[in-house]
Amino acid sequence: MVKYVIKRLILFVIVIFGVVTITFFISHVIPADPVGAILGENAPQELVEKMERQLGLDLPLGQQYTRYLKGLINWNFGISLRTQKQVSEDLRVYFPATIELALLALLIAIIFGISIGIISAVKRNQWPDNASRVFSLVGISMPAFWLGLLFILILYYHLGLIPAGGRLSPSISSPPMVSGLYLLDSLIAGQFRTFWDALYHLLGPALVLGWIQTAYICRVTRSSMLEVLNEEYIRTARVKGLKEKVVIFKHAFRNASIPVLTMIGISFGYMLEGSVLTETVFGYPGLGRYAVNSFLSLDLNAVIGSVTLIAICYALSNLIVDLLYAALDPRIKY
Amino acid sequence: MVSNLAKENFQNWIASWGKRHSSEISDFKETVYLIRKSPLTMVGLAVILILTIMAIFAPYIAPYDPVTMHLDNRLASPSRAHLLGTDELGRDILSRIIYGAGVALKIVLIVLAIDLPLGILLGLAAGYFGGWIDEIIMRTADIFMAFPRLILAMAIGTALGPSLRNTMIAIALTMWPVYARLARGETLSIKERTFIEAERALGTSNFRILVFNILPICISTLIVRATLDMGNIIRIAAGMSFLGLGAQPPTPDWGLMVSTGRNFLVNQWWVPTFPGFAILLAVFGFNLLGDGIRDISDPHLRRGRQ
Repeated sequence: MVKYVIKRLILFVIVIFGVVTITFFISHVIPADPVGAILGENAPQELVEKMERQLGLDLPLGQQYTRYLKGLINWNFGISLRTQKQVSEDLRVYFPATIELALLALLIAIIFGISIGIISAVKRNQWPDNASRVFSLVGISMPAFWLGLLFILILYYHLGLIPAGGRLSPSISSPPMVSGLYLLDSLIAGQFRTFWDALYHLLGPALVLGWIQTAYICRVTRSSMLEVLNEEYIRTARVKGLKEKVVIFKHAFRNASIPVLTMIGISFGYMLEGSVLTETVFGYPGLGRYAVNSFLSLDLNAVIGSVTLIAICYALSNLIVDLLYAALDPRIKY
Repeated sequence: MVSNLAKENFQNWIASWGKRHSSEISDFKETVYLIRKSPLTMVGLAVILILTIMAIFAPYIAPYDPVTMHLDNRLASPSRAHLLGTDELGRDILSRIIYGAGVALKIVLIVLAIDLPLGILLGLAAGYFGGWIDEIIMRTADIFMAFPRLILAMAIGTALGPSLRNTMIAIALTMWPVYARLARGETLSIKERTFIEAERALGTSNFRILVFNILPICISTLIVRATLDMGNIIRIAAGMSFLGLGAQPPTPDWGLMVSTGRNFLVNQWWVPTFPGFAILLAVFGFNLLGDGIRDISDPHLRRGRQ
């Protein structure tokens, strides 16, 4: 086990190094014309050269790479050309917004995914099972941006249940920064109105992200439960005269929960991806939308910063899933 | 005399074809039976068939041209002339959706046409030769898998410049590790079997063993996986064009249609809604089919149902 953990950690370091290198390649070696995108195609030659010097694009590739690595180690990506602020500062504002959204969506997905999955497995091939299977297949097939648009059309324009966008209403100021998660910070400061307002703004995007992940978790719960429910010891438990509830939750679900946990970890990673589309549709100021805007304006430093951060989080969540998996299942030996 | 004997031999050979292949035939019959027994798989198959027909015969099915503008007929609501209405440039939405099927299928086919051979090549090499070749290929795969797919595809697509072609290249670059890993796993498990050992004892070359013994088994596993991924490819491509990092106007791409239609969401809901529904339906169809094929090819389930 210790050997496995060490091996996995070494792999993590290699992967992060690789991620950083690939990001460098994508941003410095095969790029479209970032200077041209900022200055326009007809910019005078001097201005282009000055800009290139400013971005360090005139140096040899090897030097650019070492400069890039040095910056990364200090978590310094330089200045974003679009927002005119330090990229690392931008990330500190936008990143917690996405984490907050992902956590809320994950909560929704866990609650609904697991309960629907269990019901589905217990009522196999009856109507609740068929309904939930169609529901989850539609969920995993759903383009997040389109579901978001439907939510905006119905919940915002027609029913007025969700706000137009952003993290807070204009009349409410953000809570004092502790974690950057508005829900948590407003509770710490005792500002309950801010809390409700932040929750209100999170509702739309969290429901969209949450539904899609509910589908994944539900599918895994169902198939894992079905496998366990077929085991001999479940029959034994029933024959012993235990209540069905005890059999299902204590005997079956406990043993079925390892794949579900893995899926929850994977879901968190998917959400970093889903947040890109969902945040763009809802106008929610998180990391995903920041990344898209930097891509569209070819804002090199911001692109590198956001991609690196997203990839590190993703790799980290994979690492945690793997370690948890090894720790939880006594049958797995490494 | 000789020719008569040859004739007889040939006739025997033909007549016994069914006998010699009886296990394959019954296997095939069972597969067809299992597909027909599973209504969800049939629905998926039907959706994919309709998509394919739309893609191939678009010029004959579509009532209008997908790119010609009719500015006097902008944003017309669904009517008998335009069943799904028209968009902001007066183009018939139904026709654009029909042509869009071709775009979506093209993306799927080209991505898989790049990734299946690439994955097989790398996976076979890694699994069969092992050692540092394996190490380099698989660690590279790990690194590519450390990015969320859409983010990596977005980054590569942007760096190459947003276009449909670059979208396909970008998605292909994010998917190959899945196939390489699968092919490697299959190779590792087949490599140690006795029949490969026997081949090697007979002096068969590495190349022959890889191509004639290991490759066929890998291909069937990878194809099952590929059907499961098809829906995902469509979804990622649609996401990229929605963000403006993929196909560019006037391509009748579904994601792009939703993206431009966004501005008309409130008053002309049909403009973004129908193309989005097409994406959902196509991905749904591929997922149903993929699930069905996976179940059918699973030997546990197969034996269980017999």
